[in-house]
Formats: sequence, structure tokens, C-alpha cells
Amino acid sequence: MTVSKPTRGWRRMALALGIAAPVAAFAPPALAEVSAESQYIFNTFSFLIHGVLVMFMAAGFAMLESGLVRKKNTAAICLKNIALYSLAGLMFYLIGYTIMYPGDGGWIVNGIFGNLDLFYDPSAAETALIAAGDKATPEQLKAVVDSGYSVPSDWFFQMVFVATAASIVSGTVAERIKIWPFLIFVVVLTAIIYPIQASWVWGGGWLDAMGFSDFAGSTLVHSTGGWAALAGAILLGSRKGKYTADGKVTPMPGANLPLATLGTFILWFGWFGFNGGSQLALGSAADAAAMSIVYVNTNVAAAAGVVIAMLVTQMRYGKIDLTMALNGAIGGLVAITAGPDVDAHWKAIVVGGIGGGLVVFAVPMFDKFRIDDVVGALSAHLVAGIWGTLAVGIFGGGSFFTQLIGAVAIGIFVFVASFIVWYILKATVGIRADEESEMNGLDIAEVGMEAYPEFGQAS
Amino acid sequence: MKFIVAIVKPSKLDAVREALQGMGVAGMTVTEVRGFGRQGGHKEIYRGAEYEVHFVPKIRIEIAVGADIADRAIEAIRDSAGDGRIGDGKVFVLDLEQAVRIRTGEASAGAL
Repeated sequence: MTVSKPTRGWRRMALALGIAAPVAAFAPPALAEVSAESQYIFNTFSFLIHGVLVMFMAAGFAMLESGLVRKKNTAAICLKNIALYSLAGLMFYLIGYTIMYPGDGGWIVNGIFGNLDLFYDPSAAETALIAAGDKATPEQLKAVVDSGYSVPSDWFFQMVFVATAASIVSGTVAERIKIWPFLIFVVVLTAIIYPIQASWVWGGGWLDAMGFSDFAGSTLVHSTGGWAALAGAILLGSRKGKYTADGKVTPMPGANLPLATLGTFILWFGWFGFNGGSQLALGSAADAAAMSIVYVNTNVAAAAGVVIAMLVTQMRYGKIDLTMALNGAIGGLVAITAGPDVDAHWKAIVVGGIGGGLVVFAVPMFDKFRIDDVVGALSAHLVAGIWGTLAVGIFGGGSFFTQLIGAVAIGIFVFVASFIVWYILKATVGIRADEESEMNGLDIAEVGMEAYPEFGQAS
Repeated sequence: MKFIVAIVKPSKLDAVREALQGMGVAGMTVTEVRGFGRQGGHKEIYRGAEYEVHFVPKIRIEIAVGADIADRAIEAIRDSAGDGRIGDGKVFVLDLEQAVRIRTGEASAGAL
């Protein structure tokens, strides 16, 4: 019996080759036959409910970022977050999905560039079945059920991941970027850059063929968002006054740490959908068991990230930094995302703890290079994402060398592609708000309203 | 009449209110303010970088009293707001020319 891991690429290939409902990748002896229709229902349920959890992470990012910017940029960051989520959803529908999932034989450049099927309708088979009503043939029903899950539920689950990658960029470039150029970047990222690199692994492309493993996207989602943000932050420059001429850092404390804390809890909550749902199936006892293990690993990794970040800040600075503890949770979560199916919970604790610890060292490191990352997204998503990807190779989920190749290849592609897009935007429409707008806050300059406008009008 | 402005630690507000009410002061206005005195602010840490908070949060209390009880009021503020440490605050006393109760139009001491 071959036990292959149920990666997105694997499932997609199996589908394309017409292998009947290979939903449980593990094949333990069944106690009683689970009908194909039951599997279809449970798998679809898993995609939908976990997709909704990941969707809620958009709210987590919005709150985390709202809390860590200064008051005068609150409305702007809220607008960016709802706008980027919406654009990501539309672009993934218009272009992204078929680039990412070209299916068997659909590649334009085999294993490297997927299919450009504009306005691809993921619901065609389901819509036809429902339209047929009572007249639906058994063959028609079987064709839908045999795919193992409803295709639009999978589409929805994949879409919310794209939005997560875009959210990561928003926090890093906050407080100084013009909103429209930022949104244009989001369009390119979610329509083209993200789907191309994701197709290499989850779409069954060349990295998948090499055996590169990224369960829920330490590299594909989090490092990708991080690399795109890094390119933007470099071309954008730091916020005015952030670094003094003699190299000192001027802190610009966030306006609302309770909001930042709420945002982090929401992200942690949503992450059970992110990692748990990436089991991709709930139609057998084996899948349900595997998914539960993913939940536990995800939780202990985040917890370890917080505790290590707390200990490190206490030792380094003599006080526990709340914002670092929050980043530590994200660092732990991002780190475990490449391999939340790791075979022992203590390994998840180690992976998450190191992820949280790395964040505390990475934040001052980026400051040293004068790369101004308002919310610590580069440290938590990029650095911890690379670590998590490599950790899969260390803790027995794949070859370390292959993991390294994947992290580096996707890193180079995303960074260079993003750099080019940011550069073109900078050279044409400009990406940076002018000095006066930055001083007065982007709320007034870009959005034309304040987040907390009431003075002398209330009550 | 005297107008007394007291800058005190935020945690002392209730004690000051109690002391002033207890000795017959009929009203007060309170504002959250920030400032520095000899204390000169303090240091905080944010994401690994230390920074100086120059303006420390304080409470500014304003009361208007008859000249006869002004000294006792100042004494009450000192007793209730003082810790004997740097940062306890200050009391400023001004002569008050006029006071008017908006509802009735009563003026001077009758308005207090």
C-alpha cells in the first residue's frame, strides 16, 4: 500500500486522471462502506466551513493592523483590508484559479505556467445538476459526486488563501503608501503572481513533481506575501522620522493594542480553517483523525510561539513586549503551516517555538537594514514561513534539500516579480504619499475621513 | 473668590474629589491632560526600541471656591493627592473675578 500525502496537487491530478473519488489518501480497512455521496457531503462541508474560518482571518488582519498603526492612519488601513479582500476574490475568479489549477494537460508551459481560462466557472457541473432537477440522470449525479467534493467549495477555499497573501503586504507598507497603487499591486499579486507560484506545488507543477511539501502554505501563502511586502517596503522607503541619521530607531507605537490583540486571536481562530481545512477531506475516519491532529499541532505551535517570544523579550529588554507576543503567535502559526501533519505534537511545539523566537530577532534585524515594517509582517510571515518550510525537511516530512529549493525558487520568483511591479508603479503613478499627507495621516489625505471623528458632536 | 487648578496623578482623582466634597466644595471640572514637570517624563519600550515619553498623563482639576475656604481646599488637595514622591503634581491659585450660574443668573459667591 502506498501512502501518499493528500496535497492539493495530488488530489487535483487524481481528479484530472479520473481516479474515482480518491478522497482518503490513507486506506485503512474500513469498518463499513462510506458512500461516495456521504464523502462528497462531508468533504464539501469541510471546504466551506474551513473556508469561512480563513475568510475571517481578513478581519483578523484588519484589526491587527488597525491596532498597530497610529490613529491618523486607521481608516486608511481598514479600507485597504476590505478592498484587498474583495479584489483578491474577483481576480482569482477572473484569472487566478485556472493559472493555479490548470488540470491535466491544461498547462501553457508544462509545470510552470498554467491555463488562462478567463471567467472559468467552477460551478458548471453543479449548476447543471441542480438545473436538471428531477430529470438528472444517475450518470450526471455520479459525475458530480465522483469528484469527491463540490468544485465551487474547493474554489472558495482556495480563494480565501489568496486573500491572506495579499493581507500580509498591507501591514508592512502601511502609513505611507497611496491606496490606489497599493490596490493595483494587489490585483497583479492575486491574479498572476500568487497563482503562478502556487501552481508549481498545489497545481501539480514542477515543485510538486520534485516532492516539495507545503501542507497549507508557509511558503506558498505566507512567504509569498512576505516577499511581495519586502519588495514594496524597499522601494517605498521608511516612514518619515522612523530612523534617525545616526541609525537609531524612533518607535511609532500602535494606537490600539486591544485591537491588535483581538486581531491576533481572530487570526489564530481562523488558522484552524487554514491548516485544518488543508487536510482537504473529511470523508473518512482517517481524514477526520488526521485533521484533528492538525488542529492540535496548530494550537500548540502558536502557543509555543507566544511563550518563546515572551521569554526572549523579557531577557533582551527586561520587559515583556505585548506586540512581540502577538507577533510570536503569528510566527508560531506560520511556521507550523508547512507541516501541521507532523507526526508528534512535541515537534509542532519546537517548530512553533522557534518561529515565535525568530520573530523577536527578525524585527530589530529589519530595522537595522532600515526596512520599515509597521506590523512585523516580514518577521512573522516571511522569516517564520521560510523556517517552517525547512522544518518539514528536518522533522521527517520531506527532503531538506527539496524544501530549500522550493523556498528559494518561490522566494526569487515572487520577490523579483513583485519588485518589477512595484518599480513600474513607482515610476509611473508613484506609490508614496507626499510628505504632508504622511504627516497629517492617510485618513484625511487618502480616504477623506477620520476613524474617530467625533469631537463636540457626540451625546 | 479663588479659582484653583490642581494637576494630580490620575490614580488620585477619587481621593481628591472625596476630600474636596467632604469639606464643602460644591463642584469641580476634571480633564485628562498630559505634561511634564521636574519628573521629566519616563522611558518605554516598543518592539525592542526604547523611547522617551515626555508628556506624562495627569488629571487637571478645576474648582471655584470662596476666598475663606481656599486655604483649606489647597490643604485637602495636598493631603489627598500627595504620595511624597516626585510626580505628585502642583496646585495653582488664581483670583476669580466673576461667576454666574447659567440657569438662574445668580452671580458671585451665590453662583458657586
